[in-house]
Amino acid sequence: MTRATLHALLSHWWRNPLQLFTLLAGLALATALWSGVQAVNAEARASYDAAAATLGEGQYDRLTRRDGQPMDQTIYVRLRRAGWLVSPVVQGRLDGVRIVGVEPLTAPGGIGPVNLSQDADIGSFLTGAGQLFGNAETAARLPDLDVIISPQTAPGTAVTDIGVAQDLLGKSGRIDSLIVLPAQPQGRPALADIAPELTRQQAQGGSDVGRLTDSFHLNLTAFGLLSFAVGIFIVNGAIGLAFEQRRPVVRTLRALGLPLRRLIILMAAELMIFALVAGIVGVALGYVIAALLLPDVAATLRGLYGADVSGTLQLRPSWWLSGLAIALGGTALAASGALYKLSRMPLLAAAQHRALAMAAGKRALAQGAIAVCLLIMSAVLMVTADGLIGGFTLLGALLIGAALALPLILDQILRVAGGLAKSVTAQWFWADTRQQLPGLSLALMALLLAMAANVGVSTMVSSFRLTFTAFLDQRLASELYVSTEDARQTAALIAYAAETADALLPIQSAETDIEGQPTQVFGARDHATYRDNWAFLQATPDPWDTTFAGQTILINEQLSRRAGLDLGDEIRLQDQTFTVAGVYGDYGNPIGQALINEAQFFRLYPDVMPDRFGVRMPAEKVPEFVAGLEAQTGIPPSQTINQAGIKAISLAIFERTFTVTTALNILTLAVAGFAILMSLLTLATMRVPQLAPAWAMGMTRARLGRLELMRAVLLAMLTAIVALPLGLALAWALLAVVNVAAFGWQLPMYIFPWDYARLGLFALLAAALAALWPARKLARTPPADLLKVFSNER
Amino acid sequence: MNVRVWIFCLFPFAAFAQGFAGLGSDAEGFSIPTPDPAFDFPADHGPHNDYRIEWWYLTANLQAADGTPYGLQWTLFRSALAPEKGDGWRAPQIWMGHAAVTTPTAHHVSERLARGGIGQAGVVADPFEAWIDDWTLSGDWQTLDMTASGPTFGYDMALTARGPLVFHGDKGFSVKSAQGQASYYYSQPFFEIAGTLDLPEGTVAVTGNAWLDREWSSQPLADNQTGWDWFSLSFDDGAKLMGFRLQQTDGNSYTSATWIAPDGATTAFPDGAFTADPGETYQTKGGEVPVSWAVSLPAKGVNVTVDAINPDAWMTTSVPYWEGPVRVSGSHTGTGYLEMTGYE
Repeated sequence: MTRATLHALLSHWWRNPLQLFTLLAGLALATALWSGVQAVNAEARASYDAAAATLGEGQYDRLTRRDGQPMDQTIYVRLRRAGWLVSPVVQGRLDGVRIVGVEPLTAPGGIGPVNLSQDADIGSFLTGAGQLFGNAETAARLPDLDVIISPQTAPGTAVTDIGVAQDLLGKSGRIDSLIVLPAQPQGRPALADIAPELTRQQAQGGSDVGRLTDSFHLNLTAFGLLSFAVGIFIVNGAIGLAFEQRRPVVRTLRALGLPLRRLIILMAAELMIFALVAGIVGVALGYVIAALLLPDVAATLRGLYGADVSGTLQLRPSWWLSGLAIALGGTALAASGALYKLSRMPLLAAAQHRALAMAAGKRALAQGAIAVCLLIMSAVLMVTADGLIGGFTLLGALLIGAALALPLILDQILRVAGGLAKSVTAQWFWADTRQQLPGLSLALMALLLAMAANVGVSTMVSSFRLTFTAFLDQRLASELYVSTEDARQTAALIAYAAETADALLPIQSAETDIEGQPTQVFGARDHATYRDNWAFLQATPDPWDTTFAGQTILINEQLSRRAGLDLGDEIRLQDQTFTVAGVYGDYGNPIGQALINEAQFFRLYPDVMPDRFGVRMPAEKVPEFVAGLEAQTGIPPSQTINQAGIKAISLAIFERTFTVTTALNILTLAVAGFAILMSLLTLATMRVPQLAPAWAMGMTRARLGRLELMRAVLLAMLTAIVALPLGLALAWALLAVVNVAAFGWQLPMYIFPWDYARLGLFALLAAALAALWPARKLARTPPADLLKVFSNER
Repeated sequence: MNVRVWIFCLFPFAAFAQGFAGLGSDAEGFSIPTPDPAFDFPADHGPHNDYRIEWWYLTANLQAADGTPYGLQWTLFRSALAPEKGDGWRAPQIWMGHAAVTTPTAHHVSERLARGGIGQAGVVADPFEAWIDDWTLSGDWQTLDMTASGPTFGYDMALTARGPLVFHGDKGFSVKSAQGQASYYYSQPFFEIAGTLDLPEGTVAVTGNAWLDREWSSQPLADNQTGWDWFSLSFDDGAKLMGFRLQQTDGNSYTSATWIAPDGATTAFPDGAFTADPGETYQTKGGEVPVSWAVSLPAKGVNVTVDAINPDAWMTTSVPYWEGPVRVSGSHTGTGYLEMTGYE
């Protein structure tokens, strides 16, 4: 019996290979999209983490020589014997690989990537036998050395014992820097007493780089979730339709005496096998997508955040598993409803082809109620949500609510349109479109989500780009930045710049506390650079005039939010009170920042000596200035930063980000288009009985086909119109709720009408392409098939 | 990377001799202690790099003017990765320092690790100095100066010897198992000590007595030995007792003891003469350990109870163990130090 049943069930697929293909391909595509995004995300994050861990870069204070030259190893011993807990580091490049030598016994925990669960021989590591640790790519670049493969090592870096590194780099007896451990013993002497030639560099505190990277990852994760939602709709649609179509088979089997239980088990097993096959194909496809995208993502992170991300992809079990889980879970979710319906169906229930449509009418009310509840909930959350969970709940409620509401909205639009129609054909067209709506609604919901995701994510990425470039313009307004090491260099620079540059703007700051928030106060010199380049989130009409007049203070968004300071509020610095005249965006900065006039700054913080300067001059004069600087003042080019170079890199990076976003956009739309194609194909056979009368009354098959195509484009257009506000709401939620919750700053939102128009066009194109084949098929339906409708007893 | 992981690789298991030696029975090219040793001082106060493991291990029972008891530890371990020599960063010697101060209510611990060969840690015999970073123990063994510090404590001590060196086992050849594993082991248990403790609550002037152990070997424990309970007891009548119990996987133990008369004359006792039975236990951060012991050496009429002054003296070091001052009562009264390993 089981065998016969299976044969009967499977025969459905033999007879409808296209449907089998759409089911498998739909599942595989959804899985591919999900796992592709996951893979890119996981890979970038893993590489970034490895880079951050390799030297705990920025986590610890460091001691270096004032002149930046390597120091003698005896300084290390001298400091240790004086009670300073420091650990030596030597660095250099060998065949394009960064060699980092560490001393494992004194290095703080979390430094270095060496994983001893691998075949590391600790003795040979410590006694200079020459072992290095690096990833596979690094190992390939150092063929003559004993490199142990350690995937956690940062790309392009090999970590080894300090003694080995000294030999490899020709730095015997010398070290480049000393890491200062956080916990130090009591009663040790001051650094100046033991090693006056060294200077201490502060840790970079939580690293703003990490925060920006997190922001980028969060955005990618949001995209991953959205593509998952799209995928689930498709899987749901595919399975629902497959069940619907097999009702006659089920009826016959049950009438022949097959127990319901066994039938359900067999159908569930069949689906799970499909899901597994499609899931495996999907994950493999996702790997291909990820591999194609990864070089761009890697470049994005590398250039923008300084995080070295390797352009290679590893197959990680975690996303194999998550991809398969998505395929299986999505199938189970979609099938459980269908199986439940099957179990409740009366034994001889007619195998109605319109069952779906008729059931939909009854469900509409409940669906509408849920949609309204979810949309009200998201409206409330928009005002009240704070925190990541609130933000993501808002996203979920908004998307699901909108998706559920879509068929009802479309239904109403079609009803109104139908009422306005004059000709008989037009009335029939509208009525028939309405009648088809339930069958297409899942595909349209998928299209809605795909479009909304595209609008939302494009808006977010573009806003991010605009904001960030503006921020770079503001912060890197000067053509050249120069740092000085002592008062002599400072004086020499001031003298040199007075002759050769348009202006010299000191960058001077002091640490303080404003309303309990750790804050850096900057003293700014009155110059057009600030007026021309700084953008404010909120400001009085003339913030710079009053600030340079010494009356007001400008604060960053972080300080404004955390200390609850708004325009017009007063801030006290020592004995002086300032009024807040402006709040500016300060992306990526973990702490508060404030800016006052230079003269006031000198009065309040007389001990602060500026050691960084922005130099204004025509951009083409920069090389000449740098060369002259070294010749006349001895300040080497290594102490200068050319702003144009940094900005060019940053902008190139954003172009890359766009490539990634565009690729993902097209993929999601392709998946949604596929869903439409699939729905139309399945509906096509069911619709013959409804089309036959229209044909019999004189409408040509070609015309029917054209109307079919038009219908698909019309529905896609209506969906796109609904998707636009949804996408914008989504972008707003990402920028103003999720980002604030995650990072403490809000990104201003910009609108990009042309991008949306292009996206809408893509969506119409996808729908038209999807409808083309079914329409063509319809136009070529043999008249005999249409005639059969009237001869068959139904 | 995790330093602890490194340490576990360096010291394959956490049971040492007077504490620590983390070695299996495999000597792999290192020298092995042989019976009837002839010591040569001051050279033998210095390191023996052809042996795998060695330590300079000082414990002290101290008292403040108000009678508050304190315990103090200063330890330097040397572990050789290989018998061959090398210099600079290639020297195969790893040094590990442990310092601790125990009060009745607190236990301050600090640890240092260093490579040999670059001057960060080491021992020279004459003039004697043992150091790791800023921790030092130096002098001529008649008098010694000692300092150490950690994030929460520091100390500065002066020591004066009031008796001779004492040799354990057979003239300093100390057998550690029935299979014959052994070490070279001698002590200076007659130090008077005075100095200051820097503690979070302030500086405290203290005096007391200290016990300095020297031991080196290449394979001090047998395969079936898992841990170690070591006692150094100073009785109020001037006599001293060193005894240890090596725990075995079969539940039995191997014991050894040295009775030290007030004039420094020693009597060595073989396996079984000395007994130590655990009593009340205490749950420390690292494991449940007995903090009260019934200790006996019937041959000398010793039948005492040994109680920890602060039961929470767990050493949160790379290789964790329990080490702290004790109070002795029963047939004899006095103070001492207890060390327990293998309770993790």
